[in-house]
Amino acid sequence: MKIAIIQFPGSNCDQDCLRAFCDGIKAPAAYVWHKEASLSGYDAVVLPGGFSYGDYLRCGAIARFSPIMKAVVTSAGDGMPVLGVCNGFQILCEAGLLPGALIRNRDLTFVCQPVYLRLENNGTPFTHLGRPGQILKMPVAHGEGAYFAEPDALTRLNEKGQVIFRYVDRNGTASAAANPNGSLENIAGICNQHRNVLGMMPHPDRAWDDLLGSSDGRLLFASLVETFAAR
Amino acid sequence: MSIAITPELVRKHGLTEDEYARIEQILGRAPNYTELGVFSVMWSEHCSYKNTRLQLKKFPTTGPNVLVKAGEENAGVIDVGDGWAIAFKMESHNHPSAVEPFNGAATGVGGIIRDIFTMGARPVFLLDSLRFGRIEGGAAAARNRALLRGVVSGISHYGNCVGVPTIGGEVYFDEAYEGNPLVNVLCLGVLRHDQIARGAASGVGNPVYYVGSETGRDGLAGAAFASRDLTEASKEDRPAVQVGDPFKEKLLLEACLELLASGAVAGIQDMGAAGLTCSTCETASRGGTGVEIDLALVPKREPGMTAYETLLSESQERMLIIVKQGHEEAVTRVFEKWDLPYACIGRVTDDGQMRVREHGEIVVEIPAAKLADDAPVYEREERAIPAEPVLDLASIPAVDPEEALRLLLADPTIASKNWIYRQYDHTVRAGTVVPPGSDAAVFYVREADKFLAATSDCNGLYCRLDPREGAKIAVAEACRNLVCSGAAPLALTDNLNFGNPYRPENFWQLREAVDGLAEACREFGVPVTGGNVSLYNENPAGTIDPTPTVGVVGIIDNPAWITQQRFRHAGDAVLALGDLGFELGGSQYLKVVHGRKAGCPPRLDYKRERALHRVVRDAIRAGLLQSAHDCSEGGLAVALAECGFGDEVRLGATLRLDGTGLRADQLLFNEDQSRVVVSTRPEEASRVLRLAEQAGVPARKLGQVGGPTLVVHADGKAYRWDMEQAFDLWYGAIGRAMATR
Repeated sequence: MKIAIIQFPGSNCDQDCLRAFCDGIKAPAAYVWHKEASLSGYDAVVLPGGFSYGDYLRCGAIARFSPIMKAVVTSAGDGMPVLGVCNGFQILCEAGLLPGALIRNRDLTFVCQPVYLRLENNGTPFTHLGRPGQILKMPVAHGEGAYFAEPDALTRLNEKGQVIFRYVDRNGTASAAANPNGSLENIAGICNQHRNVLGMMPHPDRAWDDLLGSSDGRLLFASLVETFAAR
Repeated sequence: MSIAITPELVRKHGLTEDEYARIEQILGRAPNYTELGVFSVMWSEHCSYKNTRLQLKKFPTTGPNVLVKAGEENAGVIDVGDGWAIAFKMESHNHPSAVEPFNGAATGVGGIIRDIFTMGARPVFLLDSLRFGRIEGGAAAARNRALLRGVVSGISHYGNCVGVPTIGGEVYFDEAYEGNPLVNVLCLGVLRHDQIARGAASGVGNPVYYVGSETGRDGLAGAAFASRDLTEASKEDRPAVQVGDPFKEKLLLEACLELLASGAVAGIQDMGAAGLTCSTCETASRGGTGVEIDLALVPKREPGMTAYETLLSESQERMLIIVKQGHEEAVTRVFEKWDLPYACIGRVTDDGQMRVREHGEIVVEIPAAKLADDAPVYEREERAIPAEPVLDLASIPAVDPEEALRLLLADPTIASKNWIYRQYDHTVRAGTVVPPGSDAAVFYVREADKFLAATSDCNGLYCRLDPREGAKIAVAEACRNLVCSGAAPLALTDNLNFGNPYRPENFWQLREAVDGLAEACREFGVPVTGGNVSLYNENPAGTIDPTPTVGVVGIIDNPAWITQQRFRHAGDAVLALGDLGFELGGSQYLKVVHGRKAGCPPRLDYKRERALHRVVRDAIRAGLLQSAHDCSEGGLAVALAECGFGDEVRLGATLRLDGTGLRADQLLFNEDQSRVVVSTRPEEASRVLRLAEQAGVPARKLGQVGGPTLVVHADGKAYRWDMEQAFDLWYGAIGRAMATR
């Protein structure tokens, strides 16, 4: 198996994602430039964080028009696992692969801090090694990370088990104080109906080594690799 | 275009009669208008350091680990072993930030990042050293709050987008910085020895490329005055502050590093202050060559720009690259890939001239080396400011120490800076081991397998009261912070923030501080890798407190040595290493609680300080310390409280400081130097005390960690602070101040 890390010109977590796979769990991963049009030879895709095209318009709004995104949308439709972290999550929403949108943080400022997440559903290629209710710690770092969706879309997400992570406190309670950005229902990450596309604001790519204060992010990368090992 | 060179025009360009005579002598003729502009920016204080150059020569710049010396290139380069090196430097953007805080601070970040990747290094982290007026209170402080908000969001906007984490720094608030905030940014990059890039125009015949953003009319009003009445179709005044585009910077960074890796580059120089002018004459001067360019080939943002404007523009995100002949195709490939403008604008020549053409016609012809290096150098007049008298203790009314500590913890200078650093991305690049909020930040450079620690320091109040001693303490405290984090200091960068040098008292402060810095750098064995000078920091109420900020970087050879300031376990022993001290001069206690900036600041004793560093270092390496925190602003009491302020858990302590014969406020809040609070496993306390005794460092066991309260027994009484309450005062102070209208 081989994982594609998409490089938009303003990606700045591409190197972190590559290292998370290559150094963190010794899995093969490589960069794919945004001007490429094909994902052939790859089995999974990661859209890393950053400011894809400067994001002066709206985060991810321009990235979705880049040549590689056509291939990402097609591959996602064919069932290829796709993970979008931070700006990657924003791009997935802009591209229509995930419902809802990420809007300006509640406090109107960028927020960088460690957060606790509760794993709500382990039925995805990125979370199957975890157990529901498990608490994970990793950092967030974004200015536009408040998850928003219309009420009926939100109801559907909940009914179909598409909410994968919520912001919680250390004890696992989804309190207002534990919500760093004002996301609806403390939502930190969601997946599509087919469960192969996952978007999340927190950074597993910055939490895969105890030196960094947490290695809980390894769960996502290891789950993905395990998915293919089992096939 | 022909504009007569009148004495009035020369004066408006900030050049003296003598300087103008020197220009005529260099050229053997009168300069034309464009040449006058070129000389005026190159010989401005900002580019030529004409008033400080003699002072800067005092700094030690050599050492066994110095690969590139300060001044030789854009930033010094220090060896960190295994073929790896670091390049780092600090730079200020004070004046732009005072006028337009958001863009002023943002472009400050952009400028220093370019200085680092110009060296061939990948920027891996930033620190910010900031100073503002007071932010608490009603409408009077609203401007200071707006400045803080603007500067922090500007740094956040730029650094976060480029993807370089801001992992530390320091922030002070004092009325001395009212209307004249200080924004000093340090950037550090890593590179292999064989990747060091030079800013020299070498190889006669090599093509000279312009890469990056198009040139516009922004930033003309700095050293050169506005161009309004000088162009045919005169445009409205442009703001003097440039507007940064961090996305362009990110592209430029990646493209330049990619081009450097291809081996096509003979020399590279960023276009910062004085833009195209400075980069062409400096590269030619360093290369011992000449450079010839044609301005018609320069990518421009708007039509109708004159030669004067094009040469003096300070548009951001631009670089000059000397490409090896025959490798032009590499530039095309890389810059097309990154969708960045690029153009071949000239060639390296052998005649030593900086020759600028416009559509073939010569508009500037100046000997490059003379322009770059022969600026006048001045020793300014100085007048000593009389030393402050030693404080009479009787003049300081005794106050309730419990309330005094609460006031200190809630003072923005001492309070937690989380409101600020949570707006900075401090975790990108996945290397931040000790995040902002400890004595020093620690960063793991994964590609080099090196742990670096970095901190910045300067107590402007000490420097106001005694610039020499204050500067020495800045170096000592920065080194002490690094030692407490487990690091060995490697090298230092400085940013000298002072007032108008033509005022003799200001120049005296500058000269005293430089002498102090230079001496302390020698005493601690840290070479200076470069830095920046910012003069004319004045506001209507007077000159800022002299602020020679230092940034020091250290290395931690073994990750097991990484030590933080916070207590870790209830039951651990608390030890004070160093004297207890008693002198309150220059203390935050005196300022915050009694409203006085007075007295003789603490003295630094190098021998004592170095001995302390040895004890802390040896104890850390022997695995004896659970935590280490230096005593600085607010003295022992603030240090003890901060030791207990974990992000998630607060830990009190019960401590005995009886029998000193000192007043409680003297004991708790004096800022005597060379002191560290450490915690150890109870059974290991005696080993640490023995290490201290062997080194001749006074040390005592104060008590033990535990409980929800900090209790200090002193002068026969027990003082108590509820740790949750104290934490809340300290943690939320800046956020609360910023929420006031």
